[in-house]
Amino acid sequence: MTGETATAARVEMGAPLLSMAGISKSFTGVPVLRDVSFDLLPGEAHVLAGENGAGKSTLIKIAAGVHTEYEGQLVLYGRPTRFTSPHDATAQGISVIHQEMSLIDAMTVVDNMFLGRELTRKASARQWTDRPAQLRKAREFCAQLDLDIDLSQPVENYSLSIKNRIEIAKALAFNARIMVMDEPTSALAEPEVDRLFGLIGQLKERGCGIIYITHRLEEIYRIADRITVLRDGRHIGTAAARDLPEAELIRWMIGRELSEHFPERKTALGAERLRIEGLSVPDAGAASTGITRWLVQDVALSVRAGEIVGIAGLQGSGNSELLRGIFGAYGKLEHGKVSIDGKPFDVHSPRRSVRQGLAYLTSDRKGTGLVLGLDIAQNITLASLQAVSPAGWLSRSKERQVAERHVRALSIRSTGTTQEVATLSGGNQQKVALAKWIETQPRVLLLDEPTRGVDVGAKHEIYELMNEWTRAGFAILMITSEMPELLGLCDRIVVMHRGRVSAQFSRAEATQERILKAAMADMAA
Amino acid sequence: MSETPISQQEGLLPGSAGARDPASAAPALEHGDLSPAPTRARSSFWSIFQTPWVRAIAPLVFVVIIGLIFSASGTFLRWGTHRDMLRQVSVTGILACGMTLVIITGGIDLAVGSVLGFCAVLFSLLSIHRDWSPWGAIPLVLLAGSALGLLAGGLIARFKMQAFIATLAMMVFARGLAKSISGGQKVSGAVLNPDGSYKYVELPRIFGTLDHKILGENVAVVTIIFLACVALCWVLLARLRWGRYLYATGGNEEAARLSGIPTNRVKLLAYGMSGLLSAVAGICQAVQEQQGDPEAGSTYELSAIAIVVMGGTNLNGGRGGMLFTLVGAMTIGYLEKILSINAVSEASRLMLTGGIIVAAVLFQKVRK
Repeated sequence: MTGETATAARVEMGAPLLSMAGISKSFTGVPVLRDVSFDLLPGEAHVLAGENGAGKSTLIKIAAGVHTEYEGQLVLYGRPTRFTSPHDATAQGISVIHQEMSLIDAMTVVDNMFLGRELTRKASARQWTDRPAQLRKAREFCAQLDLDIDLSQPVENYSLSIKNRIEIAKALAFNARIMVMDEPTSALAEPEVDRLFGLIGQLKERGCGIIYITHRLEEIYRIADRITVLRDGRHIGTAAARDLPEAELIRWMIGRELSEHFPERKTALGAERLRIEGLSVPDAGAASTGITRWLVQDVALSVRAGEIVGIAGLQGSGNSELLRGIFGAYGKLEHGKVSIDGKPFDVHSPRRSVRQGLAYLTSDRKGTGLVLGLDIAQNITLASLQAVSPAGWLSRSKERQVAERHVRALSIRSTGTTQEVATLSGGNQQKVALAKWIETQPRVLLLDEPTRGVDVGAKHEIYELMNEWTRAGFAILMITSEMPELLGLCDRIVVMHRGRVSAQFSRAEATQERILKAAMADMAA
Repeated sequence: MSETPISQQEGLLPGSAGARDPASAAPALEHGDLSPAPTRARSSFWSIFQTPWVRAIAPLVFVVIIGLIFSASGTFLRWGTHRDMLRQVSVTGILACGMTLVIITGGIDLAVGSVLGFCAVLFSLLSIHRDWSPWGAIPLVLLAGSALGLLAGGLIARFKMQAFIATLAMMVFARGLAKSISGGQKVSGAVLNPDGSYKYVELPRIFGTLDHKILGENVAVVTIIFLACVALCWVLLARLRWGRYLYATGGNEEAARLSGIPTNRVKLLAYGMSGLLSAVAGICQAVQEQQGDPEAGSTYELSAIAIVVMGGTNLNGGRGGMLFTLVGAMTIGYLEKILSINAVSEASRLMLTGGIIVAAVLFQKVRK
């Protein structure tokens, strides 16, 4: 619709490499893509934009053959196609340059480049790889990319930026005509970004099409020929980058209806509870390459008793890492100061943090939140076992009392406190995880996506609970990628971008535009 | 021949359920209602096996039924046979207690057999050759076993070494230690003089006391020790706060750590306890053999793992329990006893035991 003129302008570049029409996809009954269309022309960089959860990755995964069950049509080089596997998609010329590298660290550059498609001497001896030919070919591709490295070294010896280019060389070796780049610059420094963009220029000249995902406004306008915006799984529009001003782009991305009703909040703010100054968290993963990269850099914020402060940020903004850093999940804090109720807080280990009145709900309740094999009561008391085990002896009856109290207060629906949490619904599991932390009587609650994967009914119950807890004087610092939650629930909103705080808004100042703009742009706080 | 008991057992259970308890079997079992009847009957039959308890006990029941059928002209029916089974399974059973703790944390301890050997030698050396009193020798041996377990646990907790590797290294190291302190010789009442002749010394009383049968010759002392170890570990796992820590660490280590559980110390506890129990087993082994053999206990780690697995404790960690291990020990014990009283050759015995472990574990995996 919106994209008609743009497509016409570029029609001389030839027929689309890839065109997807009427794509719909749901996960366990929840639609994540609804009737989305997308096409990619040869020689263009097409930016796919949208907030977290807009459906970008699902669309990409369909294009890359990861999701093979979907409605709609995919036309590749003019032929209707349905990939059977990621391997199939790669074989037909689609390569994904992953955010998390898909290279195998311990294998050499050459072996990585030909992984799964090793060159063989002749058809009759398929099992024997032709190493000299592989090396020759690999040299050729690397030379094209100005990549002068020792190809027989394991990949782990190289920096992220080199690995990034190895991935692109690998894609070339696979004869890729379509490259998907998902936040390729998130780990790169500025000169490396320039290099990558130069490379993208080269690829465009060869007639490759590039699907590019990024959360940085500045980058979008540097790289994009066309922009497609998704929101809540719907196709909002496609336009040539020069025809789509920044303000309009942001309007396309937000526009989410604030239809959800939030319980009324009467905030009575108390004294300052949590204070963070100059907090930085280095990336331990990058340390081996000798470069210090910051997951979180120089963050300062405070939360008062009875206050809910929301942290907004798109993928890679460092907001989860901030909470983990405060909680001591990375161990001792080397950079920055944390204090609770005016007293210095010793960031050392989760164990010590729990004892000092801090609680941290992780965003991944199955992976890091709950012990799925234990029952409801055992999970609820997990962080406060001392209280139900005087002198080390577990008191089953005390434990049951505690659990029953929470099951009632949070209306956890179960067959009893001895039900295994693995068999509970997402919403009830989340309530168990919350109950675990409330039982520790924390002064500050750090919540990472407290309503993720939770049904609407349970969401509202969790909102009510959060109001109740703040009335009781808890301070809540929470991450959410849901705009309505930020605007409807939080007293103050802190926006993060690439590890730094890029803006802070009071509830009255905050608008969707302002939040999203701050989350996408490198600008001063 | 061996099909007979299986088909009998299967034929018996659903039939008896239908006959004795028609109310619970409900109208689905009535004649004439052909199509839903078999599925209903089958699902209620299988649903019995959904509870871990039934799944753990079923192999034991099965083995005992085999024993009743092949009773070797009544040998199986005599108490003495059961007493001997319990005595023979005690040493590996004690190892299996420690192994259970380790496996519940999601680890594995391959060193238990070697630590047993080392402790058997150390105990014999101190009490036979050095005339130590049991009051000194036993605590020291227990301390030594615990120290080796803690050392392996330290490598795993502090240096994030894989449990398999760390305890494999400890297995080799402890075996070397056993040979080093014994000079590669069995440590017994025959003491080598400097001139090459042997001097025979009497074994200390403790050897007789522990290798004794009490309660009118009805129960061996080592069996009592085994049951005490089971009780000790049961209390730890089911009644103490640290037991819950063990389950939580094995169930989801990161979630446990973020809940403030000292996961590193939890692992130290598990491997330390495993070392301690290996030392207890080592002392029992020494008194039963009347000597300290530096080769004692080799491959016992595998028997201990087999017992734990037979009981239904999952090698992934986070699930299982001490009483399951007791059941597992009895299942393996009876199996070996039945094969031996029926004079099955060792070759067939090993092959059958291997097959039955697989069958039991597959059976426990059966879900609807």
